[in-house]
Amino acid sequence: MEHALDITLTVNGVEVGRRVAPRTHLVDFLRDELGLTGSHIGCEHGVCGACTVRVDGDIVRGCLMLAVQADGCKVETVEGLSDSKELARLQKSFHEKNALQCGFCTPGMLMAAQDLVRQKRKCTREEIREHISGNYCRCTGYQAIVDAIDEVVNG
Amino acid sequence: MGKAELPLHAPGTQVDRGYIGQSVPRPNAARLLQGRGAFIDDLRFPRLAHVAFFRSPYAHARIKKLDFSKAAKQKGVLAVFDGPTVAEYCKPWVAVLAHLKGIKSPPQHAIAIDRACWQGEAVAAVVAESRSQAEDAAQLIEAEWEELPVVVDMEESLSGKTVIHKDLQDNICFTREHDTGGVDDAFAKADVVVEDTFHFGRHTGVCLEGRAILADYNAAEHSLTVYQATQAPHMMQDIFSRHLGIPEASVRVITKDVGGSFGIKVHVYPDEMATAAISVIMRRPVKFVADRLESFLSDIHAREHRVKVRLAATKQGEILAFDMDDLTAIGPYSVYPRTSGIEGNQVVNLTGGPYKHQKYRGRLNVVFTNKNVTCQYRAVGHPIAVALTEGIVDLAAQKLGMDPAEFRRKNLIADDAYPYTFPSGIKFEKLSHHKTLDKLLDVMKYKSLREEQKSLRAKKVYRGIGLAAMIEVTNPSPAFYGVGGARISAQDGATLRLEPTGMVTVMCSVTEQGQGTEAIFAQIAASAVGVSLEKTRIITGDTGTTPYGGGTWASRGAGIGGEAVLQAGRALRSNILDVAAAILKMDKQELDLSGNQVVNRLTQEPKMALEELGRIAYFRPDTLPMDFQSELTVTRHYTPRQYGFTFTNGIQGSLVEVDPDTGFVRLLKHWCVEDSGTVINPMLADEQLRGGVVQGIGAALYEECLYSPDGQLLNGNMADYLVPMSGEMPDIVCAHVETPTLQSQLGAKGIGEAGTAGAPAAVMNAVNDALAPFGARVTAMPFTPQRILKALKKV
Repeated sequence: MEHALDITLTVNGVEVGRRVAPRTHLVDFLRDELGLTGSHIGCEHGVCGACTVRVDGDIVRGCLMLAVQADGCKVETVEGLSDSKELARLQKSFHEKNALQCGFCTPGMLMAAQDLVRQKRKCTREEIREHISGNYCRCTGYQAIVDAIDEVVNG
Repeated sequence: MGKAELPLHAPGTQVDRGYIGQSVPRPNAARLLQGRGAFIDDLRFPRLAHVAFFRSPYAHARIKKLDFSKAAKQKGVLAVFDGPTVAEYCKPWVAVLAHLKGIKSPPQHAIAIDRACWQGEAVAAVVAESRSQAEDAAQLIEAEWEELPVVVDMEESLSGKTVIHKDLQDNICFTREHDTGGVDDAFAKADVVVEDTFHFGRHTGVCLEGRAILADYNAAEHSLTVYQATQAPHMMQDIFSRHLGIPEASVRVITKDVGGSFGIKVHVYPDEMATAAISVIMRRPVKFVADRLESFLSDIHAREHRVKVRLAATKQGEILAFDMDDLTAIGPYSVYPRTSGIEGNQVVNLTGGPYKHQKYRGRLNVVFTNKNVTCQYRAVGHPIAVALTEGIVDLAAQKLGMDPAEFRRKNLIADDAYPYTFPSGIKFEKLSHHKTLDKLLDVMKYKSLREEQKSLRAKKVYRGIGLAAMIEVTNPSPAFYGVGGARISAQDGATLRLEPTGMVTVMCSVTEQGQGTEAIFAQIAASAVGVSLEKTRIITGDTGTTPYGGGTWASRGAGIGGEAVLQAGRALRSNILDVAAAILKMDKQELDLSGNQVVNRLTQEPKMALEELGRIAYFRPDTLPMDFQSELTVTRHYTPRQYGFTFTNGIQGSLVEVDPDTGFVRLLKHWCVEDSGTVINPMLADEQLRGGVVQGIGAALYEECLYSPDGQLLNGNMADYLVPMSGEMPDIVCAHVETPTLQSQLGAKGIGEAGTAGAPAAVMNAVNDALAPFGARVTAMPFTPQRILKALKKV
């Protein structure tokens, strides 16, 4: 039997307790243990950004953080920030400008974009491009995403 | 005239196009924006088992022994399978097509038997209660190997010194020569001859969602339901049926959300076939999702080509002839069922495509190597044909001292020359090269860019402007695959049903992977029937419910599926008016449908809400005449047949700045003018162009699967294999010329691959234009800083 640890954390405002293997990534924990399948697994080595979630206010790669490291933390995912309406402006803007195609990168992209929105400052297009440069999108060519974020950040 | 009764492109009439031509947002995007999509890995099934594959560490080796004893004993492990065991349930395949004369390939099994032919080929499958348990156990498989000679280089493969598949006698999968005659004469008479060799790096699709399949065999019914991230559900239904021995009607393929496909997910993959077979063997649902590392090793690669090309011209700048020789390597197997001969075949068909020369010779050799397999990937063959054509055209213009735009104008096929047969034998219905060129030069402000370039050069800022004209295959007829014996449908169907509440449900055989297919079907259906957009619901991706059809590939969804939806929508509208006439006791000709209402055709006065019509038709048909039966579900199909392909045309422009000290290329701006016929949703059309352009930029500047001499993939991860990220990408300006195809009422041609087809050539020509003052030139993609510095003789 693999060694396991008990963890307690708050996910989207709900306290959850689980026994997890130390090697379990945070994103696997969210998806497999909690059924929060909105955070996607794209590369599992920290490059693509599809698994981006927010931990204690900072965005992190869900594949580069272990679930046990989130013990005692406040974790927020696309599902939680959709229900709380925190992402509503970005989601509307993304929808209107078609800043998504297959939608696989979208949850991570929104988490990264919202991180910029929360900084409450005007940004150039280059700064927006830089901010999401750790989130891979194969479909759109990025321009509509930049447009959508631009509207929310500078609109 | 009533709504949508004439072709949308009918001359001299004002046809009400409804939603067609409007940039409406995609109705199905909302769930994806909230993380509530349903990708394969999001599905939860009772008794679900997970597969992990043990893959060959060698590029070519005999499997002497596989010992599963340790792996099988691990916690959670349910079974371990080798090739022969799976082969009892899954027949092997041979990927050849009758119309690619002489193409050959050996039989391929779901799991390798006796021998592995590339690094990453699956040689065993471990099934466990969780993916991590399966992966852990796979590491405990003990294998004994006998290394075999490895063929990595395509020239070496062609030489045949070492033959990979002894039964095939040599390493040649497919070869073709096309010759109009008179080529040597043309070159002998030419004032100017230019020649160059272009190299295209092997690259891959890197869909953000890995390939994914969940197969659920029902032993009681001997039926199989497969949830699969695929572009072609009906093709896969046929293949699962034939290779697993299950009646076709008992196989259902369901495709929910797909995380990118680009051609990667339109092929038969051995590990996916093995997963389906294992579900049959184990009589339970089984899932396989390719992780990123195995995606690099096992998703199809594409575009490893070496092409020699010559162009002959007069001193007045008239192109006389193209002469081309393409060598491409496809890995150890032709990929099933489309074959790996198509990409090279397209290069032969398309080279020189936009121009009016009459003499052409194209030679092709497609050879086997011990690398991962290659096959059709977005814009199949086009990026190669366009780059070698536009690269040599620029070289000719340079030698003649002509501006590249003017040289093209002189040689592009005239806009009034159609229908036109190109020297390679392909036929063009109607293209608009000159209109698109004029529009491009206008939107990119070509003249002032040239002036700015000149003045910046004086300040040692090296900017380059590159152009790339192109033709593209879209809306393929059965001539693409069907005539060669492949059970791949060139027709598609749409079923439209009026619901009792006045909603319209659309079921179509074309699938959605994010292009916006469902959105444009909603637009077309709503416009054809006469309802508002929110009254439509679209169902795709389910062989159990949609009409039969080909799915999504070769830029066919809008042109073929869209036409089927249009035809079905018009038929449903007619049937609804029959019901309305019966209820209202009016002549059908006096009625029309508009804004969810039956209206008086002349006055547009509302006569009855569709909801009321639905109530009567479904629940009170007793009130209708005895001999009347309403038919509020209709199905229509469409097959393009007049032309082998409905060609489109377009032209791209690229502006770059090259730093001669570092070799870095900065993309400043990119332009794309495309003629894809009727544009159904301009926003989505532009998005297809932009996404495609960026994928093409990846090929030009970043992406290459690098192999060691012993056939090991050296950069099979996202840290080492570079893909375009937002920081480096330019803004992309899109514009359209609309020349509808007259083969359909809708008039739409394809657009999904145009960006990828032309961008590498445009970027290459821009880079070379920037390097021109140094007398340097690059012709091997991707144009890495190292290659540029080498061209500048700085390294």
